Amino acid sequence: MLSRRVIPCLDVANGRVVKGTRFVDLVDEGDPVELATRYAAEGADEIVYLDISAAPEGRGTLLDLVERTARTVFIPLTVGGGVRAVSEMRDVLRAGADKVSLNSAAVADPTLINRCAVRFGRQAVVVAIDAAREPGAGDSAAGDPLRWTAYVRGGRERTELDAVAWAERAVELGAGELLVTSIDRDGTGAGFDTELLRAITDRVGVPVIASGGAAGPADFVRAIRDGGADAVLAASIFHRRIHAIGEVKAAMAAAGLVIRSTAGVAA
Amino acid sequence: MIRVAIADYGAGNLVSIARAIEVVGAEPLVIRDAEALRGADALIVPGVGAAAPAMDRLRRRGLIEPIRAWIRDGRPFLGICLGLQLLFDGSDEDSAETLGLIRGRTVRLANPPTLPHIGWNNVDWLGHRPLFEGIEPGAAFYFVHSYVGAPDDRRVVIAQSEHGSRFPAAIAQDNVLAVQFHPERSGADGLRLLANFTAIAEAATRAASATALA
Repeated sequence: MLSRRVIPCLDVANGRVVKGTRFVDLVDEGDPVELATRYAAEGADEIVYLDISAAPEGRGTLLDLVERTARTVFIPLTVGGGVRAVSEMRDVLRAGADKVSLNSAAVADPTLINRCAVRFGRQAVVVAIDAAREPGAGDSAAGDPLRWTAYVRGGRERTELDAVAWAERAVELGAGELLVTSIDRDGTGAGFDTELLRAITDRVGVPVIASGGAAGPADFVRAIRDGGADAVLAASIFHRRIHAIGEVKAAMAAAGLVIRSTAGVAA
Repeated sequence: MIRVAIADYGAGNLVSIARAIEVVGAEPLVIRDAEALRGADALIVPGVGAAAPAMDRLRRRGLIEPIRAWIRDGRPFLGICLGLQLLFDGSDEDSAETLGLIRGRTVRLANPPTLPHIGWNNVDWLGHRPLFEGIEPGAAFYFVHSYVGAPDDRRVVIAQSEHGSRFPAAIAQDNVLAVQFHPERSGADGLRLLANFTAIAEAATRAASATALA
């Protein structure tokens, strides 16, 4: 059986792990390779780097970081942030990433998804969708369904795209996986937005990674059971050692979900 | 120390494979043409993505005939992911004609709950002890694919996995070994499998040089 994945996400800037609230007040949290190595030993099923420096001069630093990680950590690595062209995706894959996540650039030019999928295969193309609930939508008495809108530029800029429709379109264009972040829940510890996840997983056949809002192991279980997610991603609760990956996996196993045993995974 | 050639034809992550080969105590040689294959003791053909563009790139680098010759000569070979699928006669993915070294086709995974099949899945070994020496039955390996090999002769299937339907996770035919998953991304068990492959290759290399001396 395919295991449900637990994925720690590392925000990186200029080759370092950073922590910040909504991309401001960044605090240096250490060396990404060290942290990724620790997570791999603790049973992480995959690692995600989100490059939030996104300045063009930072690309070389990012590629160097990806290569150092690929040489050290023998679990899959997804890299997102600032990839705008097929050639940039090629560079990140060549440095040792397994998948590249596209976000703002894919919204600006959806054909980028297709061009990357044709060149590298859809399994290498993750489309990240940052979504926020539409205020006022979801009044069931008035027959008004819940709606979510996609945001870009680290959640700062609203688009005209309905997040669920955009998810379907991204898959049609060649996304092999979706990374769905609830902006409303991100950093709040209020739990994943399982209604958003369910709205998307009901409509697409590719794996969906849930992100935004994890506070405790029970939230991961709900994202999978209620939201239909294939994988769950979190940052701060792992970085701050509030919960260990093993704890999350134990809760998932206790809820009857299939997980990869964390025993002896250190490479 | 044996030298393991890794075919670089622009279809995937070579950094991890090369480094993993180093970690298990062999010397990786990333090769882009047939000439560079001369000094190698074993050959790995990795790859992700679709069959037709991969075959085009192998052709442009002049690697198709050398790979066929390598396999026909009985030399140690490991295909990974697309490198397994290319061994068959052809692929349903894009009607590509592939290497034709193992009878059968590459077909779409049947009845998958999600596609692509991405993540860690259990692998049940059916045979070929040396390749999975030291690995627990049912151990999980990392998969990323939508298509699977469908050999005419089911006896070549040495491991199976399941995602909506059962499919070959590994195959073996004489000197040819191939896995649908990514050992270079499968943690300690993946490294162990690569170590087992290099041990198999080393034994074959020793046997070949003993024959040459006799």
